[in-house]
This record gives sequence, structure tokens and C-alpha cells, in this order.
Amino acid sequence: MRYIDLLQETSYSLLMNKARSFLTILGIVIGIAAVIVLIAVGEGATAAVTNNISALGSNLIVVVPGSASGAVSQGIGSAQTLTMKDASLLQQQLQYVSGISPEIAKHFQITFGANNTNTNVIGADPIYSFVHNVTINNGSFFNQQQNNTLQRVAVLGPGVSELLFGSPYAGVGKQIEINGNLFSVIGVANIKGGSGVSSADNNIYIPLKTAQQYLFGQNRALTSISISAMNAQSINTVEQETFNLLLQSHDIQNPANADFQLVNQSSIVASLSSTTQTLTVLLGSIAAISLLVAGIGIMNMMLTTVTERTREIGLRKAVGAKKKDIGSQFLCEAVALTLIGGLCGILLGIGIIEVLSLTRSVAVVTQWWSIAIAFGVSMLIGIVFGYYPAQRAAKLKPIDALRYE
Amino acid sequence: MKTVAESFSHQDIRPVISCHNIVKKYGSSTNEVTVLDKVSFDIYSGEFVAIVGPSGSGKTTLMNILGALDSPSSGTYTLDGELVSNLKDDELAIIRNTKIGFVFQSYNLLTRATVERNVRLPLIYSLVLSPTERKKRIEAVLQSAGLSLGYLKNKSNQLSGGQMQRVAIARALVNDPSIILADEPTGNLDQSTGKIVINSFLKLNQEGRTVVLITHDLNVAGNASRIIQIQDGKIISDELNGNEPKRKLT
Repeated sequence: MRYIDLLQETSYSLLMNKARSFLTILGIVIGIAAVIVLIAVGEGATAAVTNNISALGSNLIVVVPGSASGAVSQGIGSAQTLTMKDASLLQQQLQYVSGISPEIAKHFQITFGANNTNTNVIGADPIYSFVHNVTINNGSFFNQQQNNTLQRVAVLGPGVSELLFGSPYAGVGKQIEINGNLFSVIGVANIKGGSGVSSADNNIYIPLKTAQQYLFGQNRALTSISISAMNAQSINTVEQETFNLLLQSHDIQNPANADFQLVNQSSIVASLSSTTQTLTVLLGSIAAISLLVAGIGIMNMMLTTVTERTREIGLRKAVGAKKKDIGSQFLCEAVALTLIGGLCGILLGIGIIEVLSLTRSVAVVTQWWSIAIAFGVSMLIGIVFGYYPAQRAAKLKPIDALRYE
Repeated sequence: MKTVAESFSHQDIRPVISCHNIVKKYGSSTNEVTVLDKVSFDIYSGEFVAIVGPSGSGKTTLMNILGALDSPSSGTYTLDGELVSNLKDDELAIIRNTKIGFVFQSYNLLTRATVERNVRLPLIYSLVLSPTERKKRIEAVLQSAGLSLGYLKNKSNQLSGGQMQRVAIARALVNDPSIILADEPTGNLDQSTGKIVINSFLKLNQEGRTVVLITHDLNVAGNASRIIQIQDGKIISDELNGNEPKRKLT
């Protein structure tokens, strides 16, 4: 049998039962599209989480006050145990670090004309912008001289800028009031992403010394000390050293009684991405189940077809079809169904991903391997679930098949 | 009436079909039914043979064996010089494709396919003709079967019974087989349509084709040049029909 004849017979047979072929193909389309979209959504979630955390700074270790096992927890950062003295000590003693940033933070009322908001004001050294990966879109970050001379200058996150001035990156040169004190806006940071009140986009940065002078008071303890390790390999060493230095400085013998905690950024990334990986696997499995069901649908249809067309098979054998001819015709029909379904499913999946990424409703990352696998799997389903019905058709005896009613 | 042996006494002529002691049994050894019991006959090229017998006589079983759809339990069946009785399934498929043209009582057409596709069906299982040669062949056999080429693109379920049977005849001819086997070809047709179909067979026979027709209708069998009667699995008579002139053997 020529391939062209095989293809022709296959298309005739599938067109003969348009509705049934369509419904069977639909099952595969949905299955394949679901696999592609759900994997893209899962990968999108992973990428979003990783990006958001990396945006906070690279190789970051954050020291926050308060004990890990305190009897009464007042929330991270609320304890008063971190001081400028600790920050100076770390700055003098720590090796393998590229920046150490002492920070104080609190929510204050911000006003510009009739607009006002309540947001997080961070007092920090200029190195903050390096440690926390804050890039400036418009204007500049404050410098050491502005810090030392207690200048009332502020750098806004784009979220605050939008709230106060109506558009992100606007407001440089304007005067805003922070808790009643006038500050000049000297820069607006780039968007970092993230959502909610804790988003870095809603921060206002002011020099640390200015903050202590006008907003927090001189003796106010630090909210956190952020340490940027030189590279990913040195994170653990730096973390350990920091822990030991602070224990000594706080005169604590038992590490379990430490009145501070260290949070390591890469461990957060690791645990969060393992969570999202699980999500991807879960979503992928759900989609795979729908694909399996679609495959069984194919098998069901092919078995029905074989029974229905028993006389046709008998006739084909009577006029000279060999086992192989009948077998390959039915296998070809099954594979054609899954192949068409697979291609349509891929197009549908890519379409849905495009819509999702255009509307920005869900983070998606198209995984080309998932498309390749989906395509392969759809072929495989055709072969696996088409094989048995095809064999059944091929093995029919012509004389019995012709007599079949 | 002359006997067949008297008519075909030329020793040098090789028969198209040669059956020797064909036995066909069904069922288990304890409950065995012998459907054909040592059936032997030869059919020569250009003959028009009717095999007649009441239902249950074994004529359909014989037809299935002659058509290479079934194998005998014992005995030999030679078709066109090839020993068919012990071939494997796929080898039988090749025999059916190239040497035998079937015409069934119930037409067995692909009802929703066009006349052209139905006639083409045996061609797709052989690699003899190229796709362009096929079209010519299909048109030629449709004309031989007496069906207008205007029906080529019609679906076969839009045709009358007589037309469907002529499509089936065209399909039987399309691979230029050694014999045409017809199993009750007029069984589903009224008398006048049946006559048209029988005339198609007569025309084919006059063109030199060997036709074997199975029927229980003696009127239909009367058109044949030779009648083999079967009863209870045995040949009870094998005679030339009436005053048929002796055929020229080719």
C-alpha cells in the first residue's frame, strides 16, 4: 500500500465521522493545551518569585533584632537590640562582604499638596542602593555628604511617586512632607515589582543621619542590618561570622539565646522555588491526567470504529488487504487524530499563554521543551492507544468479518 | 448432455481452477461436521460455471475456498497454476487481490464512498498501476460492467441495487483477475434488474473471462455454460448446459 493511499483512506475515514473525530480531537486539544499552559503558569510563578527576591539585592543576608525563640514575639524588627555600634563592628570586622547597610524603617504620613499617603520610610546609608539593588530612574540616590550634613532629601519608590504626583518617576525637585518635615525629592527608583504595602516600590529612602535627626530620634535602635556577601559562595561564611561577632558583641554565651536573627536570601529563594516547582509538577500532573483520559477516548473511539467497520475490514481483506495494510490504516487514523489534536492544542496553548502575558493577569514563562514534549506525547498516545484497536482490526478473519452483522 | 470430461478432453490444457479431494470440516473432533466431502473438479479458462445447490449444501463454503477466503481441511486447490490450499494469510491476500474478483450478494460497497473510490479499492492494495493509470482502468471496467461514467463521483448509497451490483462487478474486474467469483449476485435484486446483472456476467464471459457463479436459483444458473450441482457437501452432477457450443479453449 502506498503512503499516499494510506493518507487518503485515513482522511476519508476521519471525515466520514466528522462529529466523532472532532470530539475525540477536542479531548487531545484540551489535554495538550492544558499541559503547555499549566507548565507555563507554574514556571511563571517560579520565575516571578525568584525575580522578586533577587530584586531585593544580591547575596543578601539580613540581620533583624529579636530572638528566634522568644517567649513573646513582637514581630520581626520590633525588638530594640540592634544598634549602630553593631553595624560599625560588622563594618570593621567582616570579610568577604561588598556592602553593609544599617537601616531604620517606620511608616509615616507623607503629604504633597492635597495628596497624602502612609508608607514605609527607610533611613539608610547611601550604600543601601547597592546592597538592595535600588536603581534610580530619574534624579539620583543621596550620597554620603548629604547623609553627613543631615540634608532633608528623599528618594521615592515609583509607587509613592505615582500616588503623590500622578505618574511614576515624577516629582524630582518637589518638596514633600514626611511626618510634618519638608524633604526635597532628589530621585525616583525604578519599578521592582512585588505587590502590596510591603513592595519596595512603595518605599521612601532618606539618609540615615537625617532620619535619626528629624524622624526617629538619635537613640532609636536599628530595624535591620543588610549585608551583601561578595559572592554566593561566601554567603555561609559571612553569615556564620556575623552571627559570632554579634553574639560576642551582645555578650551572649548560648547561641540559642541570640537576640537577633539572620535571614539568608538564597535560602528563601531555594525554599520558595522548591514550593513553586511542586506547583509546576502538580499542575503538570493534572494536565497529564486529562491527556491520559483523552488517550483513552481515542482508544474507545477506535475500538468502536473497528467494530462498526468490521464488514468494511472484511471487504478490504477480501479484495487483497494484508494484515499490515489494515493495521497501519487504523493506527494511522489514531495517530492522525492525536497529531491534529496535538498541533491544535499547541496553538491553543501558545494562544492562551500570549493572552495571559498580554493581560499580565498571571505570570507565564513559555517552556519550549514542554511544547516539544506535548507534541511527542500526543504522537505517542496515538500509537499506544491506537495499537490495540489496529491489531484487533488486522487480526479479523476476512470470512468472519464479511459475515458480521 | 455431454459430460465435462468429454468436452475438455484436451490433455494439454491447464485448468484455471483445479480442486482435488477438497474436504472442509467444522467443529471439534467430538462434534465434527463435514461441510465439503472430497469435492474434485476443474474449471477451464473462459468457462461460465454455475454452482447450484439448496441452502446448507456447502456451496458457500466451496465459494469461500475458491475465493481464498478460507482454507480446506484437506485436499488441494490450485488457482492459475498456484497451490492455494496451504498458503499463509498474507499470501492469500495477494491471491485475492490479483487473481480473484469477488461479487457478493449484498454488494459490500463502502456505502458512503463514491463509485470511483469503491472501484479503486483493490488497486490500493497492489502496486501494479500508477495513480494516473488507475483512472483509465477504473473507467474501462465501469464500462465493461455496464455503468455510465456519469456515476463516477456519486456516492454508492445514491445508486439503485442493480447499479450497486454493477459497481461491485467493476470493482471485481479492476485488477484484471483470472476468475470472477459471484455469490448469489442477483439474490438482492428483482427479476428484471437481476437479468441486467446476469447479462453483464454473460458479456464478460463472452469477452473471455472465466466466471463462477453460485446460486440456488436454477433460472439464473440456466445462463451458465456448465452447471455443478452440490448436495450435502458432495457434487451430484457436473454437466454442460443444454446445447451450448463447445468453447474454443485459449
